[in-house]
Amino acid sequence: MRSLLPLFVVLPLVAAAVSVALARVPKAQRTVAVVTIGATVALAVVVLVSVDRDGPLRMNLGGWPGRIAITMVADRLAAVMLVLGAVMLLVVLFYALGQSGEGARSPWYVPAYLVLAAGISAAFLAGDLFNLFVAFEILLAASYVLITLEGDDDQIRAGTTYIVINVIESLLLFLAVGLVFAATGTLSMAELPGRLAELPVGIAVGLNVLLLIAFGLKAAIFPLFSWLPDSYPTALSPVTAVFAGLLTKIGVYALIRTETQLFPGGQRTLLLVIAGLTMVIGGLGAIAQVDMKRILSFHIVSQIGYMVAGLALGGVAAIAATVFFIIHQIPTKTALFLVEGVVEQDTGTSALDRVGGLARRSGVFGLLFLLPALSLAGIPPFSGFVAKLGLIEAGFGLAEWVIVGVAVAASLLTLLSMVKIWTGVFWGDPQPHPRGRVGVIRHHRLMGAVTAATVALGLAVAVAAGPIWRFCERTATDLVASAPERGGDR
Amino acid sequence: MSVVLAVLIGVLAAAGTALLLQRSLTRIVLGVGLLANAANLLVLAASARPADAPIVGNDGRLGDPVPQALILTAIVIGFALVSFLLAVAYRAWTISGNDQVEDDIEDRRLAAALRARAARQGDAPADPGPPARPEADR
Repeated sequence: MRSLLPLFVVLPLVAAAVSVALARVPKAQRTVAVVTIGATVALAVVVLVSVDRDGPLRMNLGGWPGRIAITMVADRLAAVMLVLGAVMLLVVLFYALGQSGEGARSPWYVPAYLVLAAGISAAFLAGDLFNLFVAFEILLAASYVLITLEGDDDQIRAGTTYIVINVIESLLLFLAVGLVFAATGTLSMAELPGRLAELPVGIAVGLNVLLLIAFGLKAAIFPLFSWLPDSYPTALSPVTAVFAGLLTKIGVYALIRTETQLFPGGQRTLLLVIAGLTMVIGGLGAIAQVDMKRILSFHIVSQIGYMVAGLALGGVAAIAATVFFIIHQIPTKTALFLVEGVVEQDTGTSALDRVGGLARRSGVFGLLFLLPALSLAGIPPFSGFVAKLGLIEAGFGLAEWVIVGVAVAASLLTLLSMVKIWTGVFWGDPQPHPRGRVGVIRHHRLMGAVTAATVALGLAVAVAAGPIWRFCERTATDLVASAPERGGDR
Repeated sequence: MSVVLAVLIGVLAAAGTALLLQRSLTRIVLGVGLLANAANLLVLAASARPADAPIVGNDGRLGDPVPQALILTAIVIGFALVSFLLAVAYRAWTISGNDQVEDDIEDRRLAAALRARAARQGDAPADPGPPARPEADR
């Protein structure tokens, strides 16, 4: 079973190489991508079931001893992230196939996308800090290509910001990894917690904060988020969707590892303050915007605040809420960006004052936006409600009233900006359209179908909330209890 | 850790940071290069005592090879990223004739619209809405 783990990285990388060779045969290229990512989804589900039943999987590549080998570890958190990541990559790939336009037809989209897939899987499976750094580099390098794929004025301008900020993040992460090694003599996630606990407090706090800054930049938490709403909206819609759904969550994933396993309970107050500010500032930023894609981009920031809040509160209930929040957030956020992509494809813009009356042109399409939007705002009975309820309950349990109040207030801000999109894009009289007053989805069947599937996935999280919640509790128990060691050898 | 190395790391990091704060992308790329070297040297300096032998033979005190492997990987990655940044800088130059890094255009537009609205307050009660997007709109 454990020999499946390297496949998550090897398969997409080999497929990327093959698809470069097939650059002149777009059809074959896309078939390779669909088959590869489809296979990753199946493998990820197998790994998730196995890990949930029999405990974590661990693999030292090439049979080298632990200290030298590249270690891959799949525990419950890693396995569920693998499944979510693979499913979203597959969904967005289908979506991109349905899109017309210059960038989506670029022969470099598929190879870069496959490398991104490899990097994402490698980040989730990384069993030591340095491999986490390398995995980040793989997925970042692919994301640089994707974000500047069209190479036009806007993308180059925003892409520059994105690349420079992420290069700085990489440098900080490398520095943190090097210093952790210098202080402890190991980088393995299994050995680090014990060694770090023996360090003098000052050094431990320094290392912790350095890692927090590095991963916080990636996750776009409060003072470090301003690159995100600038750069994400300029990319192609399928690219933005996968970035919004997955990339910031990988930062959060790394933060979870750092704060629960490496430095349990460290920087609790700091994280609480950051979480509250991230929620509110992201929400306020969203309200100020007049473009659908930018509103949604600011929402990414706001929602990251909730995840960090659960992390800051600590304890099984709060960590479980954070994990549930991620499981809810990835399909919901992706679905919203997919809706935005259809709007942009159909009308040529996503500026609120240029689009209007889409609900009258297609009621189903309006519903496809409405369901995830309400879920994001935390309206019952959607998954966002369950996630926020879990978080608020955990806050009650720990008597952290301030963060609970901020969380509730920030979800009102979310609702307000969703209303803003709704009135701007879906209400009102339809704008004159070259094809006359016709449905939206009719012209974008594949994109519409994929969007509907993603929305359905988000709803499924709400329907299966009970089992998923219990899974999240098991995950959180693992993380909290096994803080000294992450998974045993099998 | 030797004093020379410490000073060198400090100078490299300071120069790199100063270059990073410039508007020209070419200077930013140079700054990234200097900062990356500072980071590599810092890890090297933190990994071994001065005068330790590199990994040759089995005698005497040896430097730990793991950080050197880390640095080697980081150098390769840094090289790739700097080349990509240079390509982006070249593209920016072919598009706009310079390689200045610009602010968030949409954000500036929003701020300008707000200022204009505040200035008009009183004589124009109707919301004029934000002005049309610049030519970059697709």
